[in-house]
Amino acid sequence: MSDKKLMKGNEAIAEAAIEAGCRFYFGYPITPQTEVAAYMAKRMPKIGGVFLQAESELAAVNMVYGVASAGKRAMTSSSSPGISLKSEGISYLAGCDLPALIVNVQRGGPGLGGIQPSQSDYFQATRGGGHGDYHILVLAPASVQEMADFTVKAFDLADKWRVPAMLLSDGTLGQMMEPVSMEHYEAKTFDKPWAVTGTGMAREHNIINSLYLDPQKLEIENFRRYERYERIKAEEAMWEEYLMDDAEICVTAYGISARVARSAVTAARAQGIKAGMIRPQTLWPFPVKPFEDSLEHVRAYIDVEMSMGQMIEDVRLATRCARPVCLSNRVGGMIPSTEQVLAKIKEIAGGLDK
Amino acid sequence: MADIKIVFAGFGGQGILFAGKLVAYKGLLENKYVSWLPSYGPEMRGGTANCSVIVSDEQIGSPMVPTPDILMVMNGPSLDTFEDCVAPGGRIFADSSLIDRKVRRTDVETFYVPASQMANEAGMPALANMILAGKLLKETPALSGGSIDAVLGKIISARHKDMLEQNRKALEMGFAV
Repeated sequence: MSDKKLMKGNEAIAEAAIEAGCRFYFGYPITPQTEVAAYMAKRMPKIGGVFLQAESELAAVNMVYGVASAGKRAMTSSSSPGISLKSEGISYLAGCDLPALIVNVQRGGPGLGGIQPSQSDYFQATRGGGHGDYHILVLAPASVQEMADFTVKAFDLADKWRVPAMLLSDGTLGQMMEPVSMEHYEAKTFDKPWAVTGTGMAREHNIINSLYLDPQKLEIENFRRYERYERIKAEEAMWEEYLMDDAEICVTAYGISARVARSAVTAARAQGIKAGMIRPQTLWPFPVKPFEDSLEHVRAYIDVEMSMGQMIEDVRLATRCARPVCLSNRVGGMIPSTEQVLAKIKEIAGGLDK
Repeated sequence: MADIKIVFAGFGGQGILFAGKLVAYKGLLENKYVSWLPSYGPEMRGGTANCSVIVSDEQIGSPMVPTPDILMVMNGPSLDTFEDCVAPGGRIFADSSLIDRKVRRTDVETFYVPASQMANEAGMPALANMILAGKLLKETPALSGGSIDAVLGKIISARHKDMLEQNRKALEMGFAV
C-alpha cells in the first residue's frame, strides 16, 4: 500500500480525469466540490490543458457541450444547486448524443440547502434532471479510490455509448482523504467519426443538433436512443455484494451510506444476524440482477440513504415489491450512524423471528 | 490492533488537520488501511477545526468517528465538545498550556503536554501540533515504530525542505516528553 498516495476525493477525481486524457475543464466554484476546480487550475496549464472558470454554471456546461462536439474529453463539476443550473445543458448533451463527464458532489437541499453531504439528488441524476426523455450514465463511488476509478470508467462508458456520464458523489467523499493508486490506468481512445472537426473538403458535414421540428424524425431519434439505453442496461450495470450468499436481511446503499451500511452489516453478523449488503455502483443503469437473485433467500430489505427515500423506489422495482423494503435515513447534511443502521437491522431481524 | 479511531480538534490555524494527516500517513506507510475526514464548512474559517482518522488492519467501513479511542485536543472548547465522546478506556492528549482545566472523565487515560509553551520556547510557535502528535505517536504502539522521516517526506513538499527539519525537531520533542 505504500506506493499509494493520500488524496482528497475531489482531488482524486481531478487527477483521474487528467489520467483519462481529459484536457478541458470548465467549472464554477461551489462548496463542497471546489477542490476539483482548484486542482484543475493548478494542473491543466502545466500539461497543455484548459482550465476555465466560467461566468456561470450554464456557461460551463455549454463549454463542455462545445468541446464534446469536437470529439474531445471534457468535464464540469459542481454541487447540487449548481447541477440544477446545468440540467438544461445536460438535456442538450443527451439530445445530441454527446459524451461528457458531469461531477455532482452532493450537498443538502432543496434550494440552496446547506453545504454538508447529502444524497438527495438521486432522482435528478437517474431520471434525467432536465427536460425530455433521456438518461445519463450515473456512477456512484464509495471510496476515494473509486472516485478516481469511476472517473476514468465514466469517460470510457460515455465515449463507448455516446451518452453523458455523471459521477454522483457527496461532500464526505469529496472532502475525505484515503490512499489512492492510479498506476493501473490504461488510457483508452474511441473513434469519433461524428465529431465536428472540419471536413477537409473530404466528407459530408457532421451536424451536432438536438432540434427536430419534424415529429416523426424526433420520434425515431428517441426510439433509437432508447434501444441504446436497453443495451446499456443489459451490459453496464455494476454492483458489489458483501456477505450476501446466505443473507436474510439485505441492506442496500450507495456511496458514503454504503460505508456506514457495511460497518452495520459486519456488526450484525458478529451478533449472529444473517445480514448482507448490495451496493449499486451504477445507479443508472440500476443493477436489477443482484436484487432478483437475492429474492431466493432475502426476507426483507433495508435501504440506507441520505435522502427521504429515492433509491428505495428502484429497490422496490428491482424486487418487484415481493418483500418488504424499509428506509433508514438521515437528511439535510446529516449522516446515518452505524448504530442507527444496526438498530434497524436488529429491529427487522426481531420481526422476522416472530 | 483491529483499528484505532482518532479525533484531532482545536482552533483553525493550529495545524489540526495536518497532525491528522501525519498520523494517517504513518498508518499508510505501515501498510494499514487509513481514512482522514475533516470537518468542513464556515466554522473552519477562524473557528474550530477537527478531523477524524481511522487506522485499521481491515477495510474501513464508515469513516465517521463518533466515539474515538484517542482524542488529541488543542483548545478548551474542543475538549468541552469531544471529552464525553471518547470511548471508555480511551486516551486524551491535551495541550495543557492552552486548556486551563483538567479532563473530568475518570475512565480515560490522560496525557497533558504543554505543547504550545514548549513550541514558543523553542522558537517555533506554529509547531505545537507536531509536539503533541509526537507524544501521541510515542504512546500508541501500533504507530510508534518505523521512520518518521519517510512520513515527513510525504506530507512536506520538496519546496519546503526547511520546514522538514523543524517538524522533525518538534516531533522529537513530543517523543521526549
